[in-house]
Formats: sequence, structure tokens, C-alpha cells
Amino acid sequence: MNNIPNRQVICEVLLEKAAIDKDVIVLCSDSRGSASLEKFANTYPSQFVEVGIAEQSLVSISAGLARCGKKVFAASPACFLSTRSMEQCKVDVAYSNTNVKLIGISGGISYGALGMTHHSAQDIATLAAIPNMRVYLPSDRHQTRKLIEQIGQDEKPAYIRVGRNPVEDVYDESSIPFELDKASIVTDGDDLTIIACGEMVKPSQDAALELKKQGINVRVIDMYCLKPLDKEVIIKAAKETKRIITIEEHSPIGGLGTMVSQVVAEHYPVKVKNLALPDEAVVAGKSQEVFDYYRLNAKGLIETAMELINDGK
Amino acid sequence: MQNLRAKSFEIRKSIWNMIYKAKAGHVGGDFSVCDILVSLYYKHMNIEPDEIDSPLRDRFILSKGHSVEAYYSVLADRGFFPKEDLETFSQFKSKYIGHPNNKVNGVEMNSGSLGHGLSVGVGMAIAGKMDHLPYNVYVVMGDGELAEGSVWEGAMAAGHYKLDNLIAVIDRNRLQISGTTEEVMTQDSQEERWRSFGWHVLTTDGNNYDALDHAFKEAKKVKGKPTMIIAETTKGYGISFVEGKREWHHKVPNAEEYLKGLEELEERRRAANE
Repeated sequence: MNNIPNRQVICEVLLEKAAIDKDVIVLCSDSRGSASLEKFANTYPSQFVEVGIAEQSLVSISAGLARCGKKVFAASPACFLSTRSMEQCKVDVAYSNTNVKLIGISGGISYGALGMTHHSAQDIATLAAIPNMRVYLPSDRHQTRKLIEQIGQDEKPAYIRVGRNPVEDVYDESSIPFELDKASIVTDGDDLTIIACGEMVKPSQDAALELKKQGINVRVIDMYCLKPLDKEVIIKAAKETKRIITIEEHSPIGGLGTMVSQVVAEHYPVKVKNLALPDEAVVAGKSQEVFDYYRLNAKGLIETAMELINDGK
Repeated sequence: MQNLRAKSFEIRKSIWNMIYKAKAGHVGGDFSVCDILVSLYYKHMNIEPDEIDSPLRDRFILSKGHSVEAYYSVLADRGFFPKEDLETFSQFKSKYIGHPNNKVNGVEMNSGSLGHGLSVGVGMAIAGKMDHLPYNVYVVMGDGELAEGSVWEGAMAAGHYKLDNLIAVIDRNRLQISGTTEEVMTQDSQEERWRSFGWHVLTTDGNNYDALDHAFKEAKKVKGKPTMIIAETTKGYGISFVEGKREWHHKVPNAEEYLKGLEELEERRRAANE
């Protein structure tokens, strides 16, 4: 049972980076606690900037620092960072091409019962539509570490969304497959493909294990890199498995499902089923309760897989 | 010592030409902000075309990005890129687009969407403090722009962090696209507003070089606070039939107006030289 949330891993990596590089700077908008960055703020106060509850200036100040050579990580709840600050992300970060890594914390419906104000079900759609902005939703803590380590070495803009709660490990720490901007294959199979991102990878893995018992071999693709999207792996899956399910903690519009469907329709049309949050304010509840309600879980995936397979018979 | 007032009319001629040729631009704000830019780029800022990546350079952000014709004209005249490049302004595939573009030599940040520049400047000023570098950060805003809430997020942060290496200027020409600033959204009193956010505040004549000189010299000496220079200007300053006229916010001169305006700018340039 893992009890380390991905946000805490980000803090650990940033502490390691800051220890050897004084240009690594972290900014928060009264969000150091929720971002698990309290330790960073206390350990490297001269490399930490608090901007108060002001997400627009959080992003603009980050861009100004980056223009002066700083390697900036700005952490704020994903809901505010992706929509309230969208214009600053577009103009000051993406368009001006500044080295700012936008860390969207408590993404998706992490803040379950807090309501739509605190849900970020639009962040993939909004930020991926901006030229020169990369979008990543890592699945587990090990992948989060690899991702932050690697993108921390480049000088380009990126948005990274992580959830609030610990996620069960998808990968073994010792043998995690990771190549930047290439999707990771969690399980291989030729009967059906599930393409997932973020917290939805784990239930996909669980569903694949369960389906295997029934003789159905499922390929699970961890598309942590929403942009640049790994198109090759999608086309290959369409050709080899003929059926695709996508699953995401996001609006059904403009997220992983939309992107995968676009690629499949253009390059190798096969049946694609999109599982996502509904296009409405979601019901209140702990995130797992909300996922279960909308069938964003292993059970929902298994049922959808059976529908797809029976459909073709 | 260059005659900056004469220089400013040369710059205004360049602006007038750019707008006439491109059939696009924001002449009113270009002309009001022109003297602020000339004072900074020819006298007060430490920035040279052959040192645009120097960590010691002063940083400049034109937050009122629509005054780009003035900005490009000044940069070209100061040698950041060939003056002939201005001929391509707003033309197909040109990088000299209608708002500052950091693909253009000398432009630090893209701007155009109002209310961004001050907070970006705050970030640059914090970086200067972190690195103990002696540069200043200059941000020029419009007065209509001050209705953007994000301006005040930046104002707050600059005051909080006591950024005395940050000098902001408001081009207070009192006109915006729909009318006077006071009709559209009350902006007085700027002095009180910025002071209450922890800034050192100066009001000056933004179309007068001695006054601007005095203001920038004072701003550079201020310790422990960012400085706001409220530069009272005349929108369209330089051509009598453009001055103070709302419709000249982004009007393009016709052939007759163009020639008449050019003549007046040349007359004023000559007069300034005498």
C-alpha cells in the first residue's frame, strides 16, 4: 500500500535539484502545504517565492524569473493554474517560451466534495491547445519522479498535473520503463487496448489482470504524455488490437479520448470508446466514490471491454 | 549630448510612416509614450544592441504592447536591427507584428495582452535580487490597462518584496478606445493607489525630457521600494490634429493627413534642433 502522493515525490526531486543548482526556483500561491512544498520552502527559503493567492501573477512572475535564467517550478491547484491563469500560461510561458514548469496539484476531482470550482476537468483541453505547451499526467510516484527529473533538465515550458492522494504503484521502482514523450506499455496484449493517463492507469492495469483471467489479453498504454502525444503507439495499437478504450479523469471534451480518437480516425479507424467524467458538475464525494459513480474504475473498464468484444462478434 | 526632443520627432516620423504603410497601428499611444521610450533607450537604460544577452543589462517590458510602432522604431534607431526591417511591419510572414515579439532583437518578452508586464517585471526584479545583480527593470503600462486586475497582483508583490530595482511608468494620457479613462473606469487617483501598495510614487510631465530625466534619476536612487512614475502625457502628442483625439487611438491617416502630419513632425523636429 503506497502512501506517498505524487506531489510529495515532486518535492523530493526539487529538493535534490535545488541542492546542486541555486537557479532552481519554486513558486507557490499560498499553496506550499497542499503542494507538499513546505519542506522546500523551509530548506531553501532563498530559492522559494511566495506570491499569495494570486495565480495570474504566480505565472507571470515565474516567466520573469525564467527570462533571467532561473529554472522555475510554479505549483498551484490545477483548477486555478489551468483556467484562471490560462492567459498567463499562454502568453508569458508558452508564447514567450520561458523555462517554467507549471505543476498543477490536486488535479482532476482530487478535491472531490469541494465542487466544480476546485475541479480541474478542463486542464488537458485548455493547456494542450496552446502552442509550445507540453502536457503531462504521470500515473504513479515512480513515473512522476522520472518525469520531473527529466523535464527539469530542459528549458521548455510544460504543465504537469498530479492528484492529491497517493496512487497505488503501477511500476516497480527498479524496472520502470520510461522514455520521455514515449508512452509506457504497462501490459501487452492483442485483444484490446486501454489507453489511460494519470490516476486512471492503475485501474486499467487492474482491469487487464482481471480480463486476463478470462482469457482476454489487454494492452494497457500509459499515455502520461498528452502533448506531445505518442501517436505511433496509438496507431500500432489500433492496427494490432482493433479495439481501443480510453479512460481519463477529465471532461469528455478535448482530453485524452478526443486526442486518441482523432489519431485513430485519421490513421487507422477502429472502434474507440471514451470513458471520462461527464460534461457537467460532478457529484460530490471522495474521488474514489466519484470515480465509481461514473464507472471510471476497473469494473467500468471490464464492462466496457466486454461490450466492445461482444460488439465485434 | 543628443537632442532627445528632436530625436523623438524623428521617431514619430518613423511611427507615422509605419502606420501609413501598414494601414494599421496605434498612433495615439505611440505618440504619447514616445518620449518615455526615447528617454529610457537613449539616456537612462543600460542596454546595448551588442549586449542583449548580458546578465547586467537593464530589462524593459512594454506592457502596453499596442504601442509597438514606437518600440520598434526606437529599437531600430538604436541599432538593434536594421531600419529597413520596419518596412515589413505587419506584412505577411514578418516577425515585426502588431505587438512586441521576442523574435525581434531587443524585445525581452511577448506582450499585447494587457496586465501582464508588471508581474513579469516583478519576476525579473526578484531574479536580480537573488543574483545580486545591479540591473533595473523598467515596465511601461498604459492607463487604460490599469483596469486589469492582474496589474494589482503585480503591484502587491512588488511592494511586498520591496523591489527597488523595479521602475514602472504609466503613460497617463487619459484616453482609451471608448472614451476618457475617467468615463470608462475611474483611474484617479493613481498616486494614492500605488502609494497604498507600498510604492514610491512620482508624477511628471511625460512629454518633457527635463521632467522625465529628473523622474528617472530620482527613481534610480530610491531604496526599499519600487517606484511608479505617473507620466502625464498627451495622447497623439506631435501632430496637432491627432493630439487628444479619441478616434486617433488606432486610426490610420489618409494620404492627405499623412502628408500634413509628416510635415508638422518635420517642422517640430527642426524647431527642436534650433
